[in-house]
Amino acid sequence: MRWMWIDRVLSLEPGKRLVAVKNVSLAEEHLHDHFPKDDARALAACPVMPASLMIEGMAQSAGVLVGHATKFQEKVVLAKVSRAEIEADPTPGRTIRYTAEIERMDATGASTKGVIDLLEPFTDAPARTIGRVDLMFAFLDRNLAGLDFPEHNFVFGEGFQTLLRTSGVAEP
Amino acid sequence: MTRDEIFAKIKDVLTDALGVDDDEVTGSARLQADLGAESIDYLDISFKLEQAFGIKIGQGELFPDGSAQNAGFVKDGRITPDGIDLLKKKLPHVDFAAWEKDPQISKVANLFTVDALVNFVQRKLAA
Repeated sequence: MRWMWIDRVLSLEPGKRLVAVKNVSLAEEHLHDHFPKDDARALAACPVMPASLMIEGMAQSAGVLVGHATKFQEKVVLAKVSRAEIEADPTPGRTIRYTAEIERMDATGASTKGVIDLLEPFTDAPARTIGRVDLMFAFLDRNLAGLDFPEHNFVFGEGFQTLLRTSGVAEP
Repeated sequence: MTRDEIFAKIKDVLTDALGVDDDEVTGSARLQADLGAESIDYLDISFKLEQAFGIKIGQGELFPDGSAQNAGFVKDGRITPDGIDLLKKKLPHVDFAAWEKDPQISKVANLFTVDALVNFVQRKLAA
């Protein structure tokens, strides 16, 4: 399966908004390298979810939203990170919630706005907003005319299909 | 809205979309060569102009949709007179005067300056 940085789609308002979650687990190998113990600087290990992968999580959330709005007919690719502000490091055992909204969309692409919240399952702590990520997506076949891409939609492959099915999202 | 007011709003759009400084956005600044715009930025700029001015921009209305740059209108790397006529018709907000003396297709991007955007919005708001 292709790398997936969201675990479940919680809700989808077609063409408008998608909410997805990602559970951060100490079993994920990348956390062991981000950041490992540093003896030279006497720093203890500090496993946190990398901000770059939170941008990818938002890109997948917003990408599914935009793809769904085109009935998955377009090859929706991330073209620009217009804004990315992330102000906290999610640690294992917490949940990241991505809320993506379509801001503008036309025949060649879309822009989205996104909010990242941090949730603390099984505690009374309220969810808090820890970031904002705004993105631009291009529809590959509309923007690189003359270049040949495979007929099938390789962007929304098996991984995304499984995610949508296990999240109970109906096909557009 | 006056031309200065339009220019001020466009300056905001461009500093936001392209991450450039205020003082880089002059009337004659070229979006690609001077302000570093890449292909997706043109879509971003269109979206942001729509939002900033409450207008709707059709495909090929602000930036060329490629019809004048197709093989039929290109000879020896230059756009033919028919192709130039088509461009002028489709893009009345653009100043072609300097470029059309040597209408190289590779230099079409230089036509898109901040002033061209201001002209476009001014025409659009007046329509």
